[in-house]
Amino acid sequence: MKKIEAVIRPEKLEQVSDALIASGYHAMTVTDVRGRGEQRGIALQYRGREILVNLIPKVKIEIVVEDRCVDAIVKIVKTEAMTGRNGDGKIFVYDIEKCITIRDAKDGVKSEGKDDNSNEGDKKGE
Amino acid sequence: MPREENEPPVFGGCKLGVESKMIDSGNTAFIIVCTALVMLMTPAVGLFYGGMVRKKSIISMITLSFVAFIVVAIQWVLFGYSLAFGTDIAGFIGGADYLFMNGVGLDGDGIPDILFMVFQLVFAGLTVAILTSGFAERIKLGAFVLFALLWTTLVYDPLAHWAWGGGWASQLGALDFAGGTVVHISSGFGALVAAIVIGRRLGFGKETMKPANIPLTLIGGALLWFGWYGFNAGSELAADGIAANAFVVTTIAAAAGSLAWMALSWWHSRPSSLGMISGAVAGLVAITPGAGFVGPMAAIVIGAIAGCVCYGALLFRVKKGLDESLDAWAVHGVGGFFGALATGVFCSAAINGVDGLIYGNVNQFVIQLVDACAAVVYAMVVTYVIAIVIDKTIGLRVPEGEEYIGLDISQHGETTQM
Repeated sequence: MKKIEAVIRPEKLEQVSDALIASGYHAMTVTDVRGRGEQRGIALQYRGREILVNLIPKVKIEIVVEDRCVDAIVKIVKTEAMTGRNGDGKIFVYDIEKCITIRDAKDGVKSEGKDDNSNEGDKKGE
Repeated sequence: MPREENEPPVFGGCKLGVESKMIDSGNTAFIIVCTALVMLMTPAVGLFYGGMVRKKSIISMITLSFVAFIVVAIQWVLFGYSLAFGTDIAGFIGGADYLFMNGVGLDGDGIPDILFMVFQLVFAGLTVAILTSGFAERIKLGAFVLFALLWTTLVYDPLAHWAWGGGWASQLGALDFAGGTVVHISSGFGALVAAIVIGRRLGFGKETMKPANIPLTLIGGALLWFGWYGFNAGSELAADGIAANAFVVTTIAAAAGSLAWMALSWWHSRPSSLGMISGAVAGLVAITPGAGFVGPMAAIVIGAIAGCVCYGALLFRVKKGLDESLDAWAVHGVGGFFGALATGVFCSAAINGVDGLIYGNVNQFVIQLVDACAAVVYAMVVTYVIAIVIDKTIGLRVPEGEEYIGLDISQHGETTQM
């Protein structure tokens, strides 16, 4: 089990979310965050002086899935969130030790992609 | 209102500059309160608009309304009032009689001249604030200050003169009780042209630009509605029956507009609060030119049709991919145009001496049509020239990085986020 954590541009959230749904990845957690990267924010000119806005609003997406889904999801997020300019964000992938669904106290995650029919382990949907 | 040649300018029920002046304390008290009510509409427009932009530009949006007001206030007492209400020159503009408040005294007919001046001032300020819709989230503050000054001088002042200062429209007998043409057509169509010249917001059409704070917009809408009583009833310039009629039809048209818009958006999907309040504003706009001339039942029709027409205009604007961001054109421009025509249709001699189309007076309708079309063309052409000139010299628009960060930080160094 892995957690994919992506910090992206807020205006790209809808696009990323739609693309994930279209590929069958429904579960995600979204948080409004602020941050900066190596460029230390965005420099604005004000009366000839440079003013650094050093914390830029971003959105953080967290998705927990089976290992084999990671590459597909990373690819979707990378494609959809990319503009090619500074500030597109980062994707981190973590190992997850345990995942418990509170409703039925079952372990593990449901993660089925569109082309992924092998995941019949937990088929108890709503 | 038919006027004799050389008769002093008429605004609402009041004649200006007539000898044997007498101040009426009741009227004066009423107009002082109405002036304060109309002043409140300017920040109300700011709040109304502010809630509809993205979080990063809320402060900027509200501030633009205040800036519009403070620039116009000074312009008005220096020379704007004189351009609008000075002695008529060729039916187009007022003369230099009242420059720097010369001859604007504490006496007057019914109300003090200086009170009439400031009542008109708050209208002028509001008009420029409505226009900020077309510049939302991308205008340079400095460019806007210059734009506001030029626009109020070259567009608002002549239009106010045409309708109320003894210009050609009032000589023709065009009816504009509280500013459908002067305030709403000019600012609405001006905003459309402004939006086209400055260009769409970054990412418009690709990203969703959801309103950041709808309760703020609802507060702004409530204050607008409240202030509108001063705007419409006060335009009678006297505390009398016509003022009371204006007050009543203002309420009714707003309610009818709101219901109509809500019904349409309900039919489309879910009835948004934004649609409900926009419909109220559409009704208020449409009743403005006719408030002193039409009755309560006509107000229901005017308000309801305005709600539908403005809703249609909004859908048209979105479909055309125009980023007239906060719909000053759809609501104020189109609503004001419809209201000007509706005044010519529904006005009744039983209320204020002039009959409209439904009472068989085709002539009045034609006059309204000519007046409204002239205002549309004049406002669009002159706004275009002003916007282009500013864009080619100091530039209207902020650089891309500043727009991305938002105008709150880039223009004001302030932010709403912690």
